[in-house]
Amino acid sequence: MDDLSDLYDVHDPRKTPGKDKGEDMTGEVTLLGVRHHGPGSARAVGAALAELRPDAVLIEGPPEADPIIGLAAERDMVPPVALLAHAVHDPALAAFWPFAAFSPEWVAIQHALAAEVPVRFIDLPAGSGFALRAAEGSGQASDEPSGAAADPIARLAAAAGHPDPEAWWEDVVEHRLPGGDPLAPFAAVAEAMAVLRDPDVGTPGSPSAHPAGAPVASGAPGAGVAAGAPAGRRDELREAYMRQQIRAARRAGHRRIAVVCGAWHVPALGALPAAGADRALLAGLPKKLRTEITWVPWTHRRLAQWTGYGAGIESPGWYQHLFDRPARSAGPGGGGTGLVSFLARAAALLRGADHLVSAAQVIESVRLAETLAAVRGRPAAGLAEALDAVRSVLCDGSEVALGLVRERLVVGEALGRVPAATPTVPLQRDLFRLQRTLRLAPDTADRELTLDLRRELDVGRSLLLHRLRLLGVGWGTENASAVNSTGTFRESWRLHWDPEFAVRVVEAAQWGTTVEAAATAKVTALAAQAVELGALTGLAEHCLVARLPAALPAVLSELADRAALDTDAAELADALPALVRALRYGDVRGTDAGALEGVAQGLATRLCVGLPTACTGLDTAGAAAMRARLDAVHGAIGLLGRATDALSPTGPAAAGPEPAGPQTAGDLADRWAAALAALARREPAGSAATGVPGLLRGRAVRLLLDDGRLDAAEAARSLRLVLSRAAVPADAAGWVEGFLSGGGALLLHDPRLLTLLDGWLAEVPGDTFIDLLPLLRRTFATLEAGVRHTVGARVAAGRLGPGGGAAGPAEELDQARADAALPTVLRLLGRAAPPDPPAATPVRIPRQLDRRSAA
Amino acid sequence: MTTIDVLRPHAEDAFAAELAALAEQDERPRPERWRLSPWAVATYLLGGELPDGTVITPKYVGPRRIVEVAVSTLATDRALLLLGVPGTAKTWVSEHLAAAVSGDSTLLVQGTAGTSEEAVRYGWNYAELLSNGPSRAALVPSPVLRAMADGKIVRVEELTRIPADVQDSLITILSEKTLPVPELGWENQAVRGFNLIATANDRDRGVNELSSALRRRFNTVVLPLPASLDEEVEIVARRVDQLGRALELPELPGGTQEIRRVVTVFRELRDGVTADGRTKVKSPTGTLSTAEAISVVTNGLALAAHFGDGVLRARDVASGLVGAVVRDPVTDQVVWREYVEGVLRERDGWKDFYRAARELSG
Repeated sequence: MDDLSDLYDVHDPRKTPGKDKGEDMTGEVTLLGVRHHGPGSARAVGAALAELRPDAVLIEGPPEADPIIGLAAERDMVPPVALLAHAVHDPALAAFWPFAAFSPEWVAIQHALAAEVPVRFIDLPAGSGFALRAAEGSGQASDEPSGAAADPIARLAAAAGHPDPEAWWEDVVEHRLPGGDPLAPFAAVAEAMAVLRDPDVGTPGSPSAHPAGAPVASGAPGAGVAAGAPAGRRDELREAYMRQQIRAARRAGHRRIAVVCGAWHVPALGALPAAGADRALLAGLPKKLRTEITWVPWTHRRLAQWTGYGAGIESPGWYQHLFDRPARSAGPGGGGTGLVSFLARAAALLRGADHLVSAAQVIESVRLAETLAAVRGRPAAGLAEALDAVRSVLCDGSEVALGLVRERLVVGEALGRVPAATPTVPLQRDLFRLQRTLRLAPDTADRELTLDLRRELDVGRSLLLHRLRLLGVGWGTENASAVNSTGTFRESWRLHWDPEFAVRVVEAAQWGTTVEAAATAKVTALAAQAVELGALTGLAEHCLVARLPAALPAVLSELADRAALDTDAAELADALPALVRALRYGDVRGTDAGALEGVAQGLATRLCVGLPTACTGLDTAGAAAMRARLDAVHGAIGLLGRATDALSPTGPAAAGPEPAGPQTAGDLADRWAAALAALARREPAGSAATGVPGLLRGRAVRLLLDDGRLDAAEAARSLRLVLSRAAVPADAAGWVEGFLSGGGALLLHDPRLLTLLDGWLAEVPGDTFIDLLPLLRRTFATLEAGVRHTVGARVAAGRLGPGGGAAGPAEELDQARADAALPTVLRLLGRAAPPDPPAATPVRIPRQLDRRSAA
Repeated sequence: MTTIDVLRPHAEDAFAAELAALAEQDERPRPERWRLSPWAVATYLLGGELPDGTVITPKYVGPRRIVEVAVSTLATDRALLLLGVPGTAKTWVSEHLAAAVSGDSTLLVQGTAGTSEEAVRYGWNYAELLSNGPSRAALVPSPVLRAMADGKIVRVEELTRIPADVQDSLITILSEKTLPVPELGWENQAVRGFNLIATANDRDRGVNELSSALRRRFNTVVLPLPASLDEEVEIVARRVDQLGRALELPELPGGTQEIRRVVTVFRELRDGVTADGRTKVKSPTGTLSTAEAISVVTNGLALAAHFGDGVLRARDVASGLVGAVVRDPVTDQVVWREYVEGVLRERDGWKDFYRAARELSG
């Protein structure tokens, strides 16, 4: 009685392709063409099945899942869940079939299980799908074109003059009122699809079967677009397979068979041509790959993603709501009961977030949504109207508040559950496989492992340990030398397998099916959540050591964004050296450093702009910290320059005349030098708000001097200025500290500097001198011993004029002792360690010189 | 209406022909005292073509949703609050809405810090009051009172500049649609068709925030900044052209390119991301509205015409641009220099612009 041709006769007298073929059917099969994940379709399927009371239900899906389909009836099975199939030998070859409570397929499964009638999946086996994918070579080609270009619903909506296919489908199908014949809509949809598939109307070989959805293959997003033609052939194969399954079901003696499939397939399944053609077509299939399948928990958020494993449903929460709140009354109430409760839920949510919403406002929002629907000519208020009303009435026009509603209600946070009896996850398998091939058995006893990164096996082990650590499975702990390990070929680990890790692996299964894919996905997600720049540079380093090139772009773009928005130059300064280190040692591990370098360059450019400003208004401790950063950044920029030169064939010599192409290393160094020069020219800290502590200004001059960007005369001029009478002595002492720290030999090479310093020190008033003494002591204490002594000797020699009080008498003493020691030293002729107190060494130096010239 | 040479005619006069054509062909149900159906009002604002071929020019260039929500709000007798940064056509939209719904955009309360209760409720004709005592004849109605009596749309400009106590006198009017006059023991109940459109600037500092009681009585629509570069370039070019003619500036070559660059800089700094979406940049403290872009370009035109070589060049606009961007001399300066060095510097074909910007910012 529920024959398809019957349907057409009753509800649509026009001649359709389906009717022609319907003649040779025996009146047993009812095709329910659905939109995957459409709540209206789901309700309609529920009503149709209740009416049909079929004795077998066939569903578009992987037949490998037939043995575990019964799990769907378990109390612990809570949608959204997904069927996850993967090839046994290669877990990366995987596909997901997500199901939400409002998926028509899920409704059909539940109906069949409750009615205790057989339920089976009839799509092409996942194993064949994987084999096809592998045969196509790419291995990554998606089953489904993910773009809307191949969306039949979009084509129908466009034909109806509707720009938004979702809204159109909502209007014509999802918002349809129940009542009348529950099978009527399926007939109408089937007819529309038949017209669309007609080669004269539709695109010949139109590739996609699916308005949205299942199954979604793993692999690079968008890869399917390129695989358009094979996908068309695959559709033929799938439909042939489904036809075969329907025939088999009929042969098995089922009387009333209900088939739930994508609307697109209905015309192809309605016509059952001779089985021979299908058999011939399917004979061309490559050999099925051994496949395992299991249920995994899913989330609404993943259903909402277009890429990866998502189903591309933008509003699962809204669909769930529509499904939970079916239409009850005619008229605007059709969407109304759902609409009112949705707005009430939105109000409750906003109140919970401390955003005051009154009941009167909820009433007004309902009125606005319904008026909007009328103005827009829609039969009932849909999601767009509801959100417009929420924004205007409940959220005072604020997109931020609306974002909350979108996040929590429209997408929703539902997390599915699967029963304990569900088979194991592929990530576990991948881990076992890796442990076998890498000969790393999990052992609960502690064990040391030293890896030589020049050996392939050890590289594999290192990557596995690094990746597991990222996944929260702390099997290996890197030993103390970790800081420098990026630069060497040696890595040393302490291994300890904790039984609890098995649970962690299951938890990590949400990130992917292989250790590598899961680690990549997790790092990408972590990068999106990271708050601090330091965390991101850390992740970038992790990406390098764990060799996750796919995650690196996400981390780097996040890093670049965060760096762009970070107003704290100090944080940037902390991030740059780590990044440059990673860049410099990246090639030990064979990582592509191009993108990393771009980010490092950007960071360096920002620092050139921002650092001088960040040096203002610092106290002593802040200035000391900043000095360390200044040195670190200076070193990093120098390294960055060298790394870049090594990469560019022209080398630094050609950097000058090169036009405004990519930033050259010399260019960056110039900019950094300009920033340092600007820093050096700033006012002292005490005198102006934009002042910079002497420590940093002195340091800047020194760094410039060391780079040869400032000649000694200029440095001497700076020193004279800062030591002149007008300057505050404390600032001057800081300047000197910054200038001299990390090597005081220049005081020896340029007598002018020492003369200036000496003159200044002699002129400082007594009280101030006592104040300065600790600072000066600290400064000179950091100088190399030899330098210190020579400076002392020079000052004592008196060529500089009357020096510090203590030096004068010391000179005489030294000379006498030196003469006394001279014969002994000459006789030793070896590397005589200076056993004498400091005062003795000035003697030693001239003697050594003498000795060399004599030799 | 008068046809004398006014500087700027009201919307209902300037577009009288379009309104008449719409009214004639509009067969959809109209709320009481509305000149057009809600659908036709939306068409009037967004533009379109009528069945008889009359072309309705778009008055508002922006998302359709905004206009639909605004019109639906007026149809549900809720008051409408248009929010937005300066230069997002709030007043323009409210004027055209009033013209299309009531055929009259002149019932207007201009909100200032000095707006008194008389401007919102009613005042007295004191001569009449003294000679004949309180009576309806002595009452001087405010635009709000007149709109209530006639069932029309009244507009309140810059609602948040009005002192809070005066603002709150709107609460009864909006919730109970009545305005009591206790002196006469009389109340004026609003006739069907009455409604109120308020505009407010949500980026101003030192405004009088709406009380939550008042806020609840409004449906809020936030007017966005232009969505795309081309849209904004077109708006700026059109306004610059009009202003240039009003200021009698000669038409200069090079205008289009510089407008595009100025708008690009504005958009990138405002959005905090470069036009190609690849690099993030910091946003300065100022609003950088379309209106400011217009003034930068006009300023540049004047410079080029009177002091330059007659061609609008990068340096003519750059000075105004720096002034518009760097509002806070410390933080904005860093933002601007980062932008110049990090973004403008490496952009192809922007060399002259970069150099000009660099010279000016030192």
